[in-house]
Amino acid sequence: MAHVERHQWDVVIIGAGGAGLRAAIEARERGLRTAVICKSLFGKAHTVMAEGGIAASMGNVNDGDNWQVHFRDTMRGGKFLNQWRMAELHAREAPDRVWELETWGALFDRTKDGRISQRNFGGHEYPRLAHVGDRTGLELIRTLQQKVVSLQQEDFNESGDYEARIKVFQECTVTRILKEDGDGGDDGARVSGAFCYERESGRFFVLEAPAVVLATGGIGKSFKVTSNSWEYTGDGHALALLAGASLINMEFVQFHPTGMVWPPSVKGILVTESVRGDGGVLRNSEGKRFMFDYVPDVFKEKYAESEQEADGWYEDPDTNRRPPELLPRDEVARAINAEVKAGRGSPHGGVFLDVSTRMPAETIKRRLPSMHHQFRELADVDITAEPMEVGPTCHYVMGGVDVDSDTAAARGVPGLFAAGEVAGGMHGSNRLGGNSLSDLLVFGRRAGLHAAEYARACAHERPAAGAEQVDAAAAEALRPFGEAQEPGAAGASGATDASGASRGGGRPAENPYAVHQELQQSMNELVGIIRREEEMSEALERLGDLRERAGRATVEGHRQFNPGWHLALDLRNMLLVSECVARAALNRTESRGGHTRDDYPEMDREWRRANLVCALKAAAEGRGERAERISLRRREMPPIRKDLLELFEKEELIKYLTDEELTSE
Amino acid sequence: MTTAPDTTSYDAHFKVWRGDVDGGGLEDFTVEVNEGEVVLDIIHRLQATQAPDLAVRWNCKAGKCGSCSAEINGRPRLLCMTRMSVFDRAETVTVTPLRAFPVVRDLVTDVGFNYQKAREVPAFVPPQELAPGEYRMQQEDVGRSQEFRKCIECFLCQDTCHVVRDHEENKTAFAGPRFLMRVAELDMHPLDAADRQGLDRRSTAQDEHGLGYCNITKCCTEVCPESIRITDNALIPLKERAADRKYDPLVWLGDKIRRRRG
Amino acid sequence: MGPQATGVRGSTRAAIAAPHLRKDRWWLAPAVTVLGLLAFVVYSTWRAFAGADYYHAPYVSPFYSPCLADNCATMKGGPNWGLFGQWWGLSPALLILVFPLGFRLTCYYYRKAYYRGFWASPPACAVAEPHKTYTGETRFPLILQNIHRYFFYAALLVAVVLTWDTLLGFRDAEYAWGHMGLGTLVFLVNIVLIWAYTLSCHSCRHIVGGRLRHFSKHPVRYRMWGWVGKLNERHMLLAWASLISVALADFYVYLLATGAFTDPRFF
Repeated sequence: MAHVERHQWDVVIIGAGGAGLRAAIEARERGLRTAVICKSLFGKAHTVMAEGGIAASMGNVNDGDNWQVHFRDTMRGGKFLNQWRMAELHAREAPDRVWELETWGALFDRTKDGRISQRNFGGHEYPRLAHVGDRTGLELIRTLQQKVVSLQQEDFNESGDYEARIKVFQECTVTRILKEDGDGGDDGARVSGAFCYERESGRFFVLEAPAVVLATGGIGKSFKVTSNSWEYTGDGHALALLAGASLINMEFVQFHPTGMVWPPSVKGILVTESVRGDGGVLRNSEGKRFMFDYVPDVFKEKYAESEQEADGWYEDPDTNRRPPELLPRDEVARAINAEVKAGRGSPHGGVFLDVSTRMPAETIKRRLPSMHHQFRELADVDITAEPMEVGPTCHYVMGGVDVDSDTAAARGVPGLFAAGEVAGGMHGSNRLGGNSLSDLLVFGRRAGLHAAEYARACAHERPAAGAEQVDAAAAEALRPFGEAQEPGAAGASGATDASGASRGGGRPAENPYAVHQELQQSMNELVGIIRREEEMSEALERLGDLRERAGRATVEGHRQFNPGWHLALDLRNMLLVSECVARAALNRTESRGGHTRDDYPEMDREWRRANLVCALKAAAEGRGERAERISLRRREMPPIRKDLLELFEKEELIKYLTDEELTSE
Repeated sequence: MTTAPDTTSYDAHFKVWRGDVDGGGLEDFTVEVNEGEVVLDIIHRLQATQAPDLAVRWNCKAGKCGSCSAEINGRPRLLCMTRMSVFDRAETVTVTPLRAFPVVRDLVTDVGFNYQKAREVPAFVPPQELAPGEYRMQQEDVGRSQEFRKCIECFLCQDTCHVVRDHEENKTAFAGPRFLMRVAELDMHPLDAADRQGLDRRSTAQDEHGLGYCNITKCCTEVCPESIRITDNALIPLKERAADRKYDPLVWLGDKIRRRRG
Repeated sequence: MGPQATGVRGSTRAAIAAPHLRKDRWWLAPAVTVLGLLAFVVYSTWRAFAGADYYHAPYVSPFYSPCLADNCATMKGGPNWGLFGQWWGLSPALLILVFPLGFRLTCYYYRKAYYRGFWASPPACAVAEPHKTYTGETRFPLILQNIHRYFFYAALLVAVVLTWDTLLGFRDAEYAWGHMGLGTLVFLVNIVLIWAYTLSCHSCRHIVGGRLRHFSKHPVRYRMWGWVGKLNERHMLLAWASLISVALADFYVYLLATGAFTDPRFF
């Protein structure tokens, strides 16, 4: 096998979004040599898409806010399935994480007295979201990026080398976490680095480091309609599985009720919740405001029964009840889904979200400038004159790597850490808006800190990655070019012959794009927003077929910036993660947060205590490519600490906790 | 999900530049276009159906990340923000990589120049006396810098700026509109303490970042997908601020006197 | 492409022979600019050197105001102060036109216009320029563009004088106050445009408030900065409008002075 370049670092961070960059800054500030590796250009991570803000109980607008209230809101939002310790740390540390951004140059919108302004958002009791207009994510990523650059400038002034202690390997992909060579068994072996390829040249290289932080974001690209970018192929989730770590809560996927559905170019792109908050209404193809038919019994007292009453709420919320368009995200998404299935959808498979008949054009432009701009530029739709077409879109995965709450260390794999969307537990079954950016900062910093400490402790005895693993990883990455082919890093062309029949016992080669499209279709239809046992079983069947077909996916051309090849490699990750989602969703026989079962529509207190844990089945290779690769087990959650439980009223806890849990103290 | 009605589909003619640093040229494609699509959709369709190894950079597909910069019919644009409906159906749409940067492959260029320049602009200097959480800034004082922070770093302004587009040799001396705007952003930041470290951002704009090369011909402003008024709000004010320092004896004298007093 | 090829045809750039691939009429804007500016240059050169037909009571051509030599026509109450004495034999316009000319020549808008139109540097966005080298405004003489603010100060003074001229226009041919003719209206429009253009200047915007770091500590200047900013957004429009209006005002006086036209009097 060809020689593969190796670089030595102390900490390797996979992903350069909010969590990855925050981790990198922390590790570097602790004095460790830190490498960041990301699939896109530096500063393009999906974090830029976040609009609303960063939730932190600074109490700048309402001084009644504090971390306890934030903790309470977070637990309620997650239907008490959150890892309570993570939710506690998150609520306690978020303000410090926001304030330090200012010392790095961030410019948030201000209050009258010059402090950081905070805005209201769904599920948050007080105005809590630090924001910059509706581009908070961009501000976050740019601030962290510029902080990294400033650390590089410090190093340059000291050593003459910008990249002496922190380097960004941009447009590179990691395909395997490497571990120290043991006696074949994986158990307890330490992480020793990452196997990567450069997207531009296709060249392989290894980053050797005792500590690796996963900060790769989510999995949305396994679904057809998603607000996520192409990078969200569940890389970190899959890398963790393959390295021997577990995933929890994978059944919880947040579907945002209003994504654009038309035109195709923008399908899935988010339409912000404030459209409805400011008076936008949902109508079906018959022109009916259908949400009135979908108010569940538990919410009946809080929501308006007539259009007249609902319309009155905007002006006079004290004597009128809220319009049903403002029900929780999952309720609205379900209702839209039902209308479309009943044949009352819009021409392109959504429903109508209308502000044009509700407000004067000038008001719309003032209150919803970015939505006005988004629809005008992307869809050629003037929202002041015509309704938008919207439908549910896959937005966020609550599930992720099973980590220690305090250190962000992945359980069972020494040296592996995870932070941000790729880490599981923090948000329970449903994430509140604004809590993702604060999550990135709080746990990004913690992951960087503990990875640095861990790496420092390993300094005298760095784990080594053997050549065998590297060769195996290289062979795996080259497989899409066909068997026994070893195209050079640049220039070698035409790995497969024109007939495309290359491997798999003479069976035809597969187009990775086609496999991907079918995967997205299957997940969207069968493990989407509303789930049924039969459909999920079928999804698992189809995933088996797709696994087998993905094994035959081949690509043309050479390794230089070859998107077909990149996709073929990402398929492995998407298939693993999709299997986790489907298996866990099939197993959890209740509805909670981001997991809605048509056949089990109620929340079940017994399930509150349970995490479903996915792990890789051992020796799956022996049983063919169709065989399931994921094992699933149920695990009890640790009881919530007493002082935290006391933050809630007993009547509220009864809804979530079992009698046994309530009386155990 | 229903699909687009067939009546709105048509076949469009595309010329896409394919090749690498060793050479290349425009290749002809005929490709299906559906209602409501943008150029990036068409490039993706080419990848999925005709040219699976066609290299293109993209990410958010919503005009927020600034990855899919290219030139369409000779004009620097974001592929994801250029609707097909702006073209005549019979028109051939030409897509090339950015022409100011070294080409890597097909529509992908090496934008390392921009990252190099980003490193050369000294970062925000926090005021020593303020702890995190003690920053107080008024909205009107952060407004100007906030406009510049809308920048999505698509580098279209860097690409279109003739100072480097037409003169490779100027790349060492000239930071380009995006990073001169970064200097302006920091100079207008209400709490930046660079001057207390002896760093005069106004003079360095001219001495180290090549502000004098800018002849304010406004192409950067024309191509900015975020509609940032780069020339009027960043570059010209920066030129005026540099003039304060270097060409205005009254201001110079005033500063001298004030400094001696303070 | 030779070995010394640079710019878009440099060896590292995507191999495209054409200097640009624009299909729109990118040449239209610079062409119109060139024609417009040339027309003004020709007209104003003729009028400035003429040294005649610039006064017809009560109107004085803005090209000749203030009139600073002894050879100026007599304008009662008007802006003729013989600062330069008798030795000046050329047209008195040349003494004063230098200021508005310098103001417009160093104006950030006109710079864009003539760099694009006359220098083709660049002719239009993403259209390769024909020059081998480029140093912009880093060297003499173009580094002198930085003195724009001094011409702005001078232009303010000129504008004050022209405002006075406009007031004088509310007299009749016998210098009696309280009258108005079509010429008064022409002068009024012109002076409004002159002021709008002058105040919309980027240097003005900087001096008024742009140079401040903390607007919140200077609320009055912040407001003024906002107003100037609004005008500044229309700087190009005002540059052309005032250029045309000043030529028209001069031409109007020329018509009156040569007797080709009689000023319609309103009252």
